[in-house]
Amino acid sequence: MSRFRTLALTAATALATLAAPAHAGKILDGIKARGQLACGVSTGVIGFSAADSQGHWRGLDVDICRAIAAAVLGDANKVRWVPLSSQQRFTALQSGEVDILSRNTTWSLTRDAALGLHFTAVTYYDGQGFMVAKKSKVTSARQLKNAEICVQSGTTTEKNLSDYFRSQGIKVKPVVFDKFEPSIKAFFSGRCQAYTTDASALAFIRSKEAPNPDDYVVLPEIISKEPLGPAVRRGDDEWFAVVKWVINALIEAEELGITQAKADSMKSSPDPTVQRFLGVGEDLGKSLGLDREWAARAVKAGGNYGDIFNRNVGADSPLKLPRGLNAQWNKGGILYALPLR
Amino acid sequence: MQIRQSANRALQALIVVAVVGLFALLAVTTAEHLQQRGIRSGFDFLLEPAGFTLGESLLPVDAGDSTWLAFTAGLFNTLRVALPGAALALGIGTLAGFGRLADNPLVRGLAGAYVNAFRNIPLLLQLLAWYFILTDLLPAADAALRLAPGVFVSKSGLALPWWGDGGFEIPEPGGFGIDGGARLTPEYLAMLIGLVLYSAAYIAETLRAAVLALPPGQRLAALALGMTPRQVFRLVLLPQAWRAALPPVTSQLLNLFKNASLAVAIGYPDLVSVAGTSLNQTGRAIECLVIVIVVYLLLSLVAAAVSHAFERRSQWERPT
Repeated sequence: MSRFRTLALTAATALATLAAPAHAGKILDGIKARGQLACGVSTGVIGFSAADSQGHWRGLDVDICRAIAAAVLGDANKVRWVPLSSQQRFTALQSGEVDILSRNTTWSLTRDAALGLHFTAVTYYDGQGFMVAKKSKVTSARQLKNAEICVQSGTTTEKNLSDYFRSQGIKVKPVVFDKFEPSIKAFFSGRCQAYTTDASALAFIRSKEAPNPDDYVVLPEIISKEPLGPAVRRGDDEWFAVVKWVINALIEAEELGITQAKADSMKSSPDPTVQRFLGVGEDLGKSLGLDREWAARAVKAGGNYGDIFNRNVGADSPLKLPRGLNAQWNKGGILYALPLR
Repeated sequence: MQIRQSANRALQALIVVAVVGLFALLAVTTAEHLQQRGIRSGFDFLLEPAGFTLGESLLPVDAGDSTWLAFTAGLFNTLRVALPGAALALGIGTLAGFGRLADNPLVRGLAGAYVNAFRNIPLLLQLLAWYFILTDLLPAADAALRLAPGVFVSKSGLALPWWGDGGFEIPEPGGFGIDGGARLTPEYLAMLIGLVLYSAAYIAETLRAAVLALPPGQRLAALALGMTPRQVFRLVLLPQAWRAALPPVTSQLLNLFKNASLAVAIGYPDLVSVAGTSLNQTGRAIECLVIVIVVYLLLSLVAAAVSHAFERRSQWERPT
């Protein structure tokens, strides 16, 4: 019945699409009038968006929404969190139930072109990997011939899985669950010989959910590209630009060394790039429909991209993920903020 | 009289036209709005390759096959658990129902305990419980338990000799456990056990109620004729009780079909599971839902028609 309910909810939101007429350029005005940003998040992915024991939403995707709320409304707490299942997420965005979908969602051609939405920027470069029990002596995904592989449905995971093994000419049997807990419980009980999901989640599952982390290994193969990032509804270029540039500002802030604590004191910096960023002199906010302090407020909400990364998924978090691809372009990664000028 | 009748007919026709019109309007506006918002819609995705495989399936489906084949395989998987499930539920339900009416207090107590336990726990919990009991208790796939020659049981399920790609196959230990033959996975077994025990508890209560609803004179008269209690039950009470119980039992069997949609919770690839995966890959939310709704509706209508035919046959007098 719960599956039915999810599907029914999706149908309801889908039908709600029909009632509201399409309009352009009004989302930003709507958010300002309401005094609240409606942010679609996951129902619980640690490190990206999950409610803590006090009910506060935390995570990388969550901090992106908070930064946008700070830039647009001047208060990072003026966000309404809408937890969405993977089946509901696109319809919720299409129908206007949320202003932004910040929910560990992979940016792909079909989604960008055919779902009536636009991805704005990549906030995390992920990839799909495998975990196996150490005692199985499997050291490469190519040894998984005829293996049963536990997987949670609802993302690009199942397709990648079948693509990869078809390219290798190997047959495997997916065992597909709709919820996270049964999928990992089945794997750790020994039902499947391997578990597959995004590498960021594998690290977390191994360290936090495994009965004994040392009994499990993550295989070296990364079988897909999973650029994750927030998406907005089509047909409102102004709002699209705001989201895109707030994320750019967070990444640029890291490169410029602007942090939560130093955002105010750095206003006296002689560097024109820093000055522009913090709204001293040139007013970049105007062209976005915001005021001149927008970027400074976004950084003050939860720090720059590097701070957000470390706090939620990096060194200062339980996940302890390395920066890897998600480091700045001049530090060995591929994060490259477009210039704020 | 004649005029009133034709006025009635006209009104009915008008209502039908209005309802159909409303649905047509809904469909047209939906399509229009989806297009306005740049959302691709339509059922053309059914002809494109599915891009995913099913872990187990009666129909051999490959990732390169069209999406409609994957949906069909999902439907077959639903039927594969629902049809044997319905037959088993009827059998166990009948036994338990009569067990509750038995003179023997032990049988009565056991049947009562069974019905009350299984009727009062949500089905989803029962399914998860059965699944985790099976996967926790069974031995690992590479240490499968040999029940008989060619019959193995492990976390990968029950392996039986069956016809495979290379003719009749006898399962034997292979790379990741057991290769060859047919396989009943723990997902399938948990679904079957869970659905059957849950539905049978309801069927048992329905039958008990039907027997108790018969006039007591029926039983007394039969006993007075010198029939044994067993004969009374089999020849007098049971046939009459079945007639009364048929419609509610049909409802229970239909519920069993619909409850089979919980399968994805424990990883069994049924129709709803395939629709969910497809929905996520294509983003065609409305289309995938419509397919599931229509298929379930058709299944239920067919089942209801079959049961109705039975009902008519068991009627004392045919309605004229």
